Amino acid sequence: MAFRILCNALQLLVVLALSPLISGVLSRLKEIVQSKRGPSIFQPYRDLWKLFHKDEVVSSQSSWIFRVTPYVVFVAPAFVVLLIPVLTSYPLYLAFMADMVGVGFILALGGFFAILGAVDPANPYGPMGASRTRMVGFLAEPVFVIVFFTVSYVAGSTIPYIVQAQWVVSPESFLAPAHILLLAAFLMLILAEGGRIPVDSPTGHFELAMIDESKSLEYSGRGAALIKWSGHVKLMVLMCVFLNVLVTPWGLAARQRFLEVLLAIPLVALKILILILVLVVIESSLAKLRLFRISEFLGAAFITCVAAMITRAFAS
Amino acid sequence: MSIPGSTLGALNALAGGLFLLTAFAMVATRQTRGCLLLFIYQSLLLAASAFLLAGEYGSSHLVGVGVVNLISKPIVVPLILRRTLSSEIYTRREIDQALNIPASLTIALALAVFSYFLAIPILNSVAPEFRSANVPIGLAGLLLGAYTLAVRREAVPMLIGILAMENGAFFAGISLSRELPLIVELAIASDGLILVFVTGVLVRTIQRRIGSTRVGELASLKEDQALRRQGVT
Repeated sequence: MAFRILCNALQLLVVLALSPLISGVLSRLKEIVQSKRGPSIFQPYRDLWKLFHKDEVVSSQSSWIFRVTPYVVFVAPAFVVLLIPVLTSYPLYLAFMADMVGVGFILALGGFFAILGAVDPANPYGPMGASRTRMVGFLAEPVFVIVFFTVSYVAGSTIPYIVQAQWVVSPESFLAPAHILLLAAFLMLILAEGGRIPVDSPTGHFELAMIDESKSLEYSGRGAALIKWSGHVKLMVLMCVFLNVLVTPWGLAARQRFLEVLLAIPLVALKILILILVLVVIESSLAKLRLFRISEFLGAAFITCVAAMITRAFAS
Repeated sequence: MSIPGSTLGALNALAGGLFLLTAFAMVATRQTRGCLLLFIYQSLLLAASAFLLAGEYGSSHLVGVGVVNLISKPIVVPLILRRTLSSEIYTRREIDQALNIPASLTIALALAVFSYFLAIPILNSVAPEFRSANVPIGLAGLLLGAYTLAVRREAVPMLIGILAMENGAFFAGISLSRELPLIVELAIASDGLILVFVTGVLVRTIQRRIGSTRVGELASLKEDQALRRQGVT
């Protein structure tokens, strides 16, 4: 029992510590592909450090929601880390607190507060970004629901640890069309939810074109640092769900040994690096979609996962 | 053979899933070039499925079918189109559609589900070893190709729709018997090439006369449009 609690805490620490590095590597690789040098991979750490040491400015017109938001936004993805397999393939202490639908709810709670916080200080760009995020959000919602439905249909459960054990029982179940189509749909979801390129450009500095970024324009100091950090954590959480539950549940610690759990950290980092390379290729070869084309992108994701479901439902 | 039959079956199912995905993407894509690329991928998947089924059923005819497919569709069809049509058609970004893309995709989804139901009586009437996912997916490819043909208003994507219908029919057909006569595939492949050739020449003529290949604009007469513009009618 004590071991499992310890591992759960370790898992959280690893994600909190490594997630800025992942964003740093991703942006550096992207710049290299575009034949620029780009900032150091440790730049996100420096940004966080700098922001944590700055004063916070809060508008006198804003309410308590504005102050609470950074903490809620930060805690939501960090709490999700306790529920999903990051380092181990056996369930940890809190694993049965919530299933994948619960994970979706907790992430949505963070997103909801981010929107409230953006609307609260009445900065003209905040509500605009908030409403756009909602648009992407409600288009992504049906895809999420169908993905969970298909996953639970195939695996018989929506607890991430059980799903992960189901997919790799044999190469047949791994190569099954339902699985591959589901992966494609989920990758499109990660791009939409993580604000990556065909949907939103994370490096853009033009407020009118922003979707995700403009929600946190009004924050400074510690609040800005927490929101930035939660963005890194959220990206890593989505990557971990994608890799450890759906694609490659290999390389995780299988036995309850502390050394093995520690060994899983570089293996998981390696898997994430490979996924980052895929993301870099996608982001460098596609252009950002116009706002009203996003519905087509997510519509395609929806069709893909419904196709996954019907190929599964009618397979004899 | 060292690979077990079940793995071949799994790979074949995977090819089927990707085939369905390309059929959907063909409905969703906006570019002529993208449409042609998707058709090439679809034909490659069809050939792959033929080879995998050849391994699974132990049939040499299906190898022949795969080879004919591999040569005719991904290589010869694009070459003919490139030679007969001007490059202006390829560079155009947007294709006219009678419906917008989300609505098209929803209808496409309904067609795919329908084809799964349509496949049940067919699958019930063949021997159990031939019951694979190819039949419903091929039928879906057939219906989606027909649907593309119906909603597109541009000549070249319509042609690709016809070829996609043929792909779908073959995808279903190759799984249904061990000895699909090679002569049928040869005949149809050469038929398809002639079709591409004739349509290419036709499109070229249309383009030279009208200056565009938008078939949707051919619904009314030129004089009619001119009169309407002057406000006579």
